[in-house]
This record gives sequence, C-alpha cells and structure tokens, in this order.
Amino acid sequence: MAGLELLSDQGYRVDGRRAGELRKIQARMGVFAQADGSAYIEQGNTKALAVVYGPHEIRGSRARALPDRALVNCQYSSATFSTGERKRRPHGDRKSCEMGLQLRQTFEAAILTQLHPRSQIDIYVQVLQADGGTYAACVNAATLAVMDAGIPMRDFVCACSAGFVDGTALADLSHVEEAAGGPQLALALLPASGQIALLEMDARLHEDHLEQVLEAAARAARDVHTLLDRVVRQHVHEASILLGD
Amino acid sequence: MLKSKTFLKKTRAGGVMKIVREHYLRDDIGCGAPGCVACGDAHEGPVLEPQPLDPASSLCPQPHYLLPDTNVLLHQIVSVWRPGTWASVASSLRPPGSLETYVEQEQGENANDRNDRAIRVAAKWYNEHLKKMSAENQLQVVFITNDRRNKEKAIEEGIPAFTCEEYVKSLTANPELIDRLACLSEEGSEIESGKVIFSEHLPLSKLQQGIKSGTYLQGTFRASRENYLEATVWVHGDTEENKEIILQGLKNLNRAIHEDIVAVELLPRNQWVAPSSVVLHDEGQNEDDVEKEEERERILKTAVNEKMLKPTGRVVGIIKRNWRPYCGMLSKSDIKESRRHLFTPADKRIPRIRIETRQASTLEGRRIIVAVDGWPRNSRYPNGHFVKNLGEVGDKETETEVLLLEHDVPHQPFSQAVLSFLPKMPWSITEKDMKNREDLRHLCVCSVDPPGCTDIDDALHCRELENGNFEVGVHIADVSHFIRPGNALDQESARRGTTVYLCEKRIDMVPELLSSNLCSLRCNVDRLAFSCIWEMNHNAEILKTRFTKSAINSKASLTYAEAQMRIDSATMNDDITTSLRGLNKLAKILKKRRIEKGALTLSSPEVRFHMDSETHDPIDLQTKELRETNSMVEEFMLLANISVAKKIHEEFSEHALLRKHPAPPPSNYEILVKAAKSKNLEIKTDTAKSLADSLDRADSPSFPYLNTLLRILATRCMMQAVYFCSGMDNDFHHYGLASPIYTHFTSPIRRYADIIVHRLLAVAIGADCTYPELTDKHKLADLCKNLNFRHKMAQYAQRASVAFHTQLFFKSKGIVSEEAYILFVRKNAIVVLIPKYGLEGTVFFEEKDKPKPRLIYDDEIPSLKIEDTVFHIFDKVKVKIMLDSSNLQHQKIRMSLVEPQIPGISIPMDTSNMDINEPERKKKKLEK
Repeated sequence: MAGLELLSDQGYRVDGRRAGELRKIQARMGVFAQADGSAYIEQGNTKALAVVYGPHEIRGSRARALPDRALVNCQYSSATFSTGERKRRPHGDRKSCEMGLQLRQTFEAAILTQLHPRSQIDIYVQVLQADGGTYAACVNAATLAVMDAGIPMRDFVCACSAGFVDGTALADLSHVEEAAGGPQLALALLPASGQIALLEMDARLHEDHLEQVLEAAARAARDVHTLLDRVVRQHVHEASILLGD
Repeated sequence: MLKSKTFLKKTRAGGVMKIVREHYLRDDIGCGAPGCVACGDAHEGPVLEPQPLDPASSLCPQPHYLLPDTNVLLHQIVSVWRPGTWASVASSLRPPGSLETYVEQEQGENANDRNDRAIRVAAKWYNEHLKKMSAENQLQVVFITNDRRNKEKAIEEGIPAFTCEEYVKSLTANPELIDRLACLSEEGSEIESGKVIFSEHLPLSKLQQGIKSGTYLQGTFRASRENYLEATVWVHGDTEENKEIILQGLKNLNRAIHEDIVAVELLPRNQWVAPSSVVLHDEGQNEDDVEKEEERERILKTAVNEKMLKPTGRVVGIIKRNWRPYCGMLSKSDIKESRRHLFTPADKRIPRIRIETRQASTLEGRRIIVAVDGWPRNSRYPNGHFVKNLGEVGDKETETEVLLLEHDVPHQPFSQAVLSFLPKMPWSITEKDMKNREDLRHLCVCSVDPPGCTDIDDALHCRELENGNFEVGVHIADVSHFIRPGNALDQESARRGTTVYLCEKRIDMVPELLSSNLCSLRCNVDRLAFSCIWEMNHNAEILKTRFTKSAINSKASLTYAEAQMRIDSATMNDDITTSLRGLNKLAKILKKRRIEKGALTLSSPEVRFHMDSETHDPIDLQTKELRETNSMVEEFMLLANISVAKKIHEEFSEHALLRKHPAPPPSNYEILVKAAKSKNLEIKTDTAKSLADSLDRADSPSFPYLNTLLRILATRCMMQAVYFCSGMDNDFHHYGLASPIYTHFTSPIRRYADIIVHRLLAVAIGADCTYPELTDKHKLADLCKNLNFRHKMAQYAQRASVAFHTQLFFKSKGIVSEEAYILFVRKNAIVVLIPKYGLEGTVFFEEKDKPKPRLIYDDEIPSLKIEDTVFHIFDKVKVKIMLDSSNLQHQKIRMSLVEPQIPGISIPMDTSNMDINEPERKKKKLEK
C-alpha cells in the first residue's frame, strides 16, 4: 500500500502545517462551578476536559496517606464517542490506566506536594475527541485546571508530542500522522527551568535523531506555554473584573 | 483559516466511522516569482525564472509563464520541458492550502471538476498577482489544458488558455517540438478505422475485487522474445500451482507490454495451450492484417501436445504500466509523405510503436528513443512519440549508448552536487585522518593487477615474524573514508551499485578522482586503506585475525605477469619478491584446502579484445590467460572476504550485508549428467564436493578439451549469487566457494556492497560511527535488491558489449572457418562453442527458403540426426562464421556447418583462412 505522504516536497504536512507548527489551541478555565478547578482545551480536533478536587482529606483507606506530601490521584478516561470507531469502555482499560499513571508522574513533579502533607489532590481528565496528542492535551488541560484550583505548582507543565518523518521532526502530531506508525515522542516540560517532567517514547528511533526530535518537542512545548500563559492571564483578568476590583 | 473535512466511511466490520480532518489554509505561500514585493521572502524551494525567455510564440507574443494542467504535465512533459526553448513553466502549482486559491468542492461537483476549477482559480490569481508586481513588463500566466470544457471556462473567466497542441504549434522558433507531443487517443481514434480489436480493460476497483475473490490473478507480464503472440505472466503470491500462466494471441495479450503488472483471468481447461516452439516476429506493416494475425494464431494452436498443456489465460486489465522510453529504429512507412511510421524497438519483447513525425527521412537508419503514450482499443500498435535521436546505427558510440540505456545502466556524468563532496586537491593525509588509523607505511606492500588497471583496490604484504610465523596483510582502499553516508555522492554510488566494464569503456561507480587516484592504491604514494591482517603458521592456518584502518605506501604495482616473473626468476631476492613468494606458497595451501572442502572450479569462455589504439576497433581476440599469481591474489581476497563476513555477522547478526550462492536444484544438473553419460563419464551432483571431484576425474586422454567443456556446462547449471541482509534470511551458504558465510569486502571502488561492508566493519572495530540506515534491515534489504539488479544488468551489458565487438571483429575479418564443439543440441539447431574466440553460436538447420532436411531429435541422449549424420553433445565440428547484416537493427553472427559434410546442409570448406591451434586450457572461477 502506498503510504500517505506525510511531508510534501515543499515542506507541508497533510493538514497544511509546516514541520514545527502547532495546531490551533483554544482553552478556557473554570468551566465547572462545583469543582475546585476545571479547564477545557482544544488542540486542533483533540478536545479534553480536566477537573481538579482538593487538596482534601484522604478518601477511602487512610493507609494511603503520605506523611510528608500530598497524594496525587489521576484518572484518565476517554469518551465512547471520542474516536472514529465507538469505544466499549470509557475508562479502566489498560491504556487509560497507563495514561493515568503517566499524568500522576507528571503532576507529582510539578505540584508542590510537600505543602499539603496527608492530603489528596484528584485530577480527572476526560478526552472528548481524540485526534492525536491526547496525552499532551490532557496535561495542558490539567495544568490549567490545577491552576484554576489554586494549587501551588513549580511552573506550568506544558506537553507536546513530536514525531519523525523523512529526516524531519514534526511537532504536535495529528491522528493521521500518528497512525502512520512512525516513532512518536511525548514530552512534558517545565518551561521556565527547562526541566523535563515526563518523556516517553515507545518506538525505535536512532540515537542520532533523538536530540532533533526532543528539540522540536521542547520548542513546541514552549510555544504551548506562551498560549497557556495568555489564557491564564485572560482568565485572571476576567475574574478580577467580576470581583469588582 | 481553518477548514475541516468531514466524511463518513464504512469499516471492515460493517460499522460506520466518521472521520474529521483539519486543513489549515496558509497565507504565507509565495508566488515563486523572484523580486515579487507582495510575497517578500515568503517563497522558498523552486523559484520561477525572473524573466521568462522569449518563447517566440505567435499566439502570445509577450513574455509569459506557463501553467499546465495536471494531464498536460503528466503526458506532455517531454514537449513542455525544454530548457531554453520555452518560457519557464510555473513549476509547482500553488499548493492547494493557500488561503486565496482554496476551492471547496461544491454540491454535485466531482473531484476532477473541482481540481480543474482550482487550477483556473490559481491561474487567475497568478495573473492578478503578477499585474500588481510590475507594471512595466507585463508578465502573464498562460494556462495550458487539453480539456475542451476546461479551456472554454477559462477563457470565459478571462484567463488566456490554449490546448497544448495549439501552443506548441504556435512556437515559431521550434517546429521540431511538434513531434514530441504525445499523441492523444482522442484524436487518433477519429482517423483510425473504427474497428475495435481489443476488449476493454476493467477498471482498477473491479480488478482488485476480482483478485481478492480469486477470479483474477495478478502478475508481471513477460513477453516472449521469440514469439510476439505469446507471453507468460508470473503470478505473485504464495500459491504454488499456476505460478506461470501462458497467454497466447493478440487479443488475449490485450495491449499489455513487457514488465507491466497485469490481472489475468484463467481460461477454461479445454482452451489451454502449450508453449509453442515456433519463432514468430511481427513484420506486418499494415493495419489490416488482423485477419492474417488470427490465421497465425491458429497455426500456433495446431501444434499442441496434450501433455504439454499449461494454464492459459487472458489479460483483463492492467494494474500498473511499467513503460519506459525505448531505444530502437524507425521503419519508415511505405506511403510517401506519410507522417505516421512504425518504430521497432531493439528489445524484441516490446511491440512496435506507432509514432508521428515529420523528420522520418532524417531519422531513418538512426537509433532513436521513443516513449509510449497509450494503446487505444482500436489500434493494432501502441501510440508513442519521438524523444531523442541517439545517432547512426552501427556507430560505436551510439551502440554503446543503446546498450547502456537498454540495460538501465546509469551512465550520465556525475552531477555537480555529487562532485561537490569530493576532497579538495591537492590531497594529503592529515593528522585528523590518522585518528583511529594505524601507520603501516613502513610495510613492504605491493599490488598485483591485470595490465592497464587504474582502479587498484587491493594490495598485499607478507613478512616473517620473529616467532617464525607469517604475517599476511590484505589492504583494501578505504573508500568509505571519502564517501560519507547519506550525501549526494553516497546516494549516487548506491544507485549505480557497481562499475560497469565494457570492452572499450568503463562506467565508474564513483567519480574518477576517487576511482583512479585517491582510492587507487598506486605505488609510492601514501594512501588510506582498510587492512585485514592475519598471523599464519607455515601450514596457512590462521592464528590471529585483526582488522584496522591504516595508511599504507605501496612499494610496487605489478601486473600478474610481472609478479609471476619475479617469483619464478631465481636471481631476484628483494623484499617484494620474498613477500610474493611467501604469499604464493600460502595461497597454494589455502587453495588446496578450499578445493578439498568442495569449492568448485568452473569455467566459462572469456575473451579480451586487442583494440586498435587509433580507431578503437577490435583487431584481435584473445582468450584470457590465468597465471598462478591470479589465483594467489584471489585466494587472499577470498580469505579476507570470509574473515570480514564472520566478523560483521558476529557483530551485527541482524543487519550484516552478506553474499550467498544457493545450491542449484538437482534438475538443473540434468543436462550436464546426460552430456557426460554420452561420453561414458559419471558426474555426481549430490553435493558440491562430489561434483568437484567428479569434474576433476572427468578427463579423457584423447579429448583434452572435454574437461573445460564440462566445466562450462556446469557453470550454466549454477544459480546466481546474490547479496542479502543477514536478518532477512537464514541460509548463508556459498555453494560455489563451499564457505558457510561470505561477503564482498575487497573491491569498494567498483562495488557499492563493499562500501557498506566497510562501514559495518569500521563500526565493529570502533573506527567509525554508525548511522540509522546502516542498522535498518529493511533499508538494507532494499539496497541489496538494487545491488543485485544492477549487478545482473551490468553483466548483461558486458555480454552485449562483447557481442557487439565480436560483430565488429568479424566484420573486419570477413568469413572465417573455425573448429567448434557442440554445447547443446536443440530440435532444429545445434549450439556450438568456438574455443579460439570463446564464441558461442547457433547453427540452424532449417532455413526459410530451402527445403527442410529430415531432422530427428532424441531428447534422452540428447542427439540430433540430420539426414544420415548424428550430432551428439561435445562433438567436434567445423563451422563458418560471418556477419549477417540483413537486419540492420539486429546484426548478428551467423554460423553454418562445414564439417561433417551433409549434402544440402553444409557448405563447402574454404581452406584459405584456416589455422588450427588448440587453445590453451583455461579455467575461470565462477562469479564469487
């Protein structure tokens, strides 16, 4: 089968972007009243919703409480209608569990958990439409939601995916590009310090190219940061108007 | 601006899937015209010419760019793309993602119409855009389309539009371009008789359905060389039965051309036919002889033997055309002033092609290239157009060009991009080069090669160590030091794959600076090398093997004869000579051991031409001589290759590039065994070892040449040796060399496989770093495929070149009578070998206008009885050789029988030109 040409000779991708360009990002904070914090993000056609509860007392078994820091509990689910073919189970499958663990790892690195010992922070993320880069969208949504909840963090966590096609690193892969089967890398970055909160790749990529792909993902993550920062400032501005300052 | 495409798709499981895709429309795509202020520096990549040349078109006198539509671009590129003669072509269409020119598919509009509209919008946009750019020199974009409706609409919208034909005809400066126009089926059909000859090809979707359900079979179409009404289709896939399907008759071939991928339908069993053994060439000139054709087809079918029936089918559709430009000659039409002529390709498997040209008289008797445009249903021949004139038939340059083109040998001069990666001259070894490299310049290294060799890629040394053992080194030119992975030079070499040696010309794989200078291990200059150094005892047993990159300084470049002389002369006792003697001694032991293991010594006739230094015409033929020194060098090269193969396979078990030689199936040997039996000799073929032994024993004192003949026959039974990637195969055995593992390491100047092996070995010893393509076994497997193809083609080209020079030789020599041996016996002919010239030819016993002799063919022995004389394989005969130039395109050597005399068949002996001398016995190894 003739493969789809992911990168044209002129350097355009299937959807008209250039190699390093992100998809259109739109985000809103405070979308739910009853949660402590919530956010909604659209990265192209990938849409994700995040809600945050806490910090609050440990629910369920007390034994899970940590003496020196807060417990971060993440749950990932994707809506049955999020993918091209309808899914059977919205959550609890292997992929969701893995994604939950990855989110937890990411946010344990970013949230100042030692400020809330013996307590719990819940982050629930749901993907409404999956069009590539679901992990990145979830992280970005969750960052906004955690901020909305007023939980102190070291920095924004900005995530972006990157792939590698024909010797060129592509940032922010769409579903078509992911499905083509090339190597894909997911990166969560703390932009101010440049520290990496999570880096994941499960395909084979030659060592020589890793740096190039990593660089593309990091640059894209910084671009995401600029956009998220703008969203947060806008939100704070609106909130302050409502408060009547 | 964001647009999204939504469409519904049914999945395999029967569910409905909704697919939504984003599409970003850009506002930063430049128009491509340099100096355009509006676009600034938004454009990159291909750029239009700043000032289009004056095309001298009577239709649009002002300078303009051309915007061809997709169909024109696909079919007429040859006529459109003539640098310097035309205005520049707006080379890349505006990418569809541009904001200003995006066109959405409207309700009820199909995809083609949308595309046409998009191109019109782009043309309109260009015209408006260019107007903005410069007021003083009015540039214009001219739209070229062959679609009538599209053109009308364009003119309605105010875009200057012409059909391709109108435009080309208007070019007053270049009338010859009209010939290059691909002729279109639409117009052709008006003139042709309306009679439909062929059944329609099915659309691709139907074919795919049929292939999936098994009603049709997919395969590669291979036309027969001998019979234009017959072809076979090699069915792809794993089904063991029906591997090969026979197609017979013009209608069943249904316009397929050699190498096309086609879909075939099997005919019912009662219509199956046997492959005919009749030779039929298409010679008709007229269109009307379709009826005659049918008659001929019937002739084919009458001679059917029930047992021989093979699956027979007919072509129902073409999956992929594999047309390329074909070389050949024009057969001028009988009708005067006619512009339609038939073109006869040099390759007999390609049908004749009808072309339209006004220059028929100038093209007559010349080799030309023609491209195929199509094959309408009502036409006996495909339509094509003239592309290029190569030159006079029989001219050496032209013929060489033809045989290179026909064998797909890349032979253009190296491009500037490739040459830019060559090292700058004057070149010398620097400190940096010596990193990871051993200095072996003090060693007494020498090279031994054939006379006149300029690309010396191997050198040897041998010295006695203090502990009494020998140190033997093979030093190979370090080509991979100069050719770095991935650059243009590397890509070009990979594409060429191998250096092609023709009789008077060499087509280099790497540019000359490398092949004959920097990489050639000439004497008394410092050169970089890759060395393989062994420590051996006096029994030639390897005690230690070591690989290193090195710098060497060869002390002498010898020819085989010179080296032999040094070894033999008792008076010489210098370092080089002692070193050579040591090597020779070890080589003999190595060879003996190798032959004991069952390596084959085979033979094939090989000739060398003595060229006239002025005219480059061959003046004499000489069979190659082999000396002890030849086999000395060969032994060490084999040893180096085997050692390297072991090392790289040990290091890279998944992606080592190796070479294997599969054992031939027993059926291949049938002819050899039968032939030997007729001389009361027994040949065992169960293993390589027993074959080698029985070949050695097969000797008859009264017939000394018999052994060589048997070895020549045995060579014909062998399979082709191939490159492969170790991760993709598990049979590594090299049959001919009786080695469990083998690769090519010793000739990186003339084989690309060796460069890869050098790189692998360099990584294995830590002298160089790896790169991704090197460790990707699929890429390596693709590379092997190309290399195997190029090697095969190079071999064919070499043979064709020898054949051509043999013709030239006999042209100058006139008619000669020579002694010959029968190699094969056929139904109506014998194949003979003339040892003096290493020439093989066929003596036919049936001629067109003579009464047929009485022929009795016996398949079992094989023998052929003509009247009262019986011919067996290996019989000695005398033949007359002459050049037959009755067919200009395919001049050939014709042989006819002189002795034994058969009345009516043989021709009287002509004693004036006889000289009988038994040629030296010669042996040649089979291709390693």
